[in-house]
Amino acid sequence: MNALAEATLCAPKDFKSAIKPVWCPGCGDYSVLSAITKALAALNLRPENVAVVSGIGCSSRIPAYTACYGFHGVHGRALPVATGLKVARPDLTVLVASGDGDGYSIGGNHFLHACRRNVDLTYIVMDNHVYGMTKGQPSPTTEPGWSSKLAPGGTGLREFHPLVIALASGANFIARAYSGDPNGCAALLTEAVRHPGFSFVEVLSPCVTFRPEQREWKTLAHPAPVAPTDDPGRAARRLMTDDGFNIGVLYKGSRPPYTPTRGSAQTMEALECRFRL
Amino acid sequence: MPVPTLEDFMARAYGMELEAHERYSQFAEQLDTHNNREVAQMFGKLAKIEALHAKRILEEMGWPSMPALPPAYAWDTPEGPETAPQDAVHYLMQPYHALEIALRCEQQAQKFFEDIAAADVPPAVRAAALEMAGEEREHVQLVREWMKRVPPPPEGWDEDPDPPRMGE
Repeated sequence: MNALAEATLCAPKDFKSAIKPVWCPGCGDYSVLSAITKALAALNLRPENVAVVSGIGCSSRIPAYTACYGFHGVHGRALPVATGLKVARPDLTVLVASGDGDGYSIGGNHFLHACRRNVDLTYIVMDNHVYGMTKGQPSPTTEPGWSSKLAPGGTGLREFHPLVIALASGANFIARAYSGDPNGCAALLTEAVRHPGFSFVEVLSPCVTFRPEQREWKTLAHPAPVAPTDDPGRAARRLMTDDGFNIGVLYKGSRPPYTPTRGSAQTMEALECRFRL
Repeated sequence: MPVPTLEDFMARAYGMELEAHERYSQFAEQLDTHNNREVAQMFGKLAKIEALHAKRILEEMGWPSMPALPPAYAWDTPEGPETAPQDAVHYLMQPYHALEIALRCEQQAQKFFEDIAAADVPPAVRAAALEMAGEEREHVQLVREWMKRVPPPPEGWDEDPDPPRMGE
């Protein structure tokens, strides 16, 4: 590394914007923001070379809190926006932020196809098993028996298993992090960004306002007892029997990322000719 | 956690105080954003106290700025022993809760230094660890005294018929 490049390395604080987060005090998303900034600094990136794209929800506020380029998009539609951006600007590092409602319900279909397409993106889903922004409705990952004012007696519905779905759909990197370990989370995000193709990181990020019992996650989260595998069959068995609290890289595939075939560059005039009536 | 030299030990102690200061500062900002000014001020005070502890380490060691931490620098726990967990706070919490958090953190810091002093470390490190453990013990006592002057929270302090709803 030359002296000039070394002199321009960024610290985590350089990736934070001046906007103060409005998340509830104690929210796990504060730690995810901190982990993202640490990961980007560890990767020797600069804010202007990174784009953070999101949908709607508490977690999706994150682009505004970074100093990177950002796009706070439509509910559940962060992945198509990010896919288009990465295909058009492969030089950018593109992170996509979402939550369990935005990512697995409203944007569930996009999740499947983003895994299948394997564009070089890092998808960070802050999972708190609840719709926090709209006062605590059950989300796709909410346990069937979780009883609340809005769902007395619970939904009785089996929860969605995002890591299994990601593997079956073709994601090239699958990991789970816990916001209570921000440094560990930063290390996993760093590895996810470095890995080519679609990297999916589920971050267990407690909602202390609507799910205060999730403070207990700190006693449940534990390092995955086995090393990451590149064998989808073995990964499938592991993920199907997963307790939901294994932390670490759980699958690392070697599928080459999608790269679009580029046509020849055209001028604006030439393009306009095609649309002339 | 290996602590081969006094410099190494003091660098870790400095890191611990700095992390604690940063977390209390974050809490102060979070509570201030949610208009819980009283608790925000309490965390602001705690942040200042930790910053003073960190500064004193720099002065004692004659370090002009933050020391370079050893390459294997890491805690045995996810965060520093004196760092309050991110999920320890609540938007309706009361000053007493902030002091409860501070008490736990000071107790953890005391145990951290006591464990180092009891480990197989050089005599200079042991002496410094014992001194720091003594200081943390004093802090524990100070926080306990402080708690006596603050009313404990009433029953149902966290009940809110209209919980937060964030705009987009």
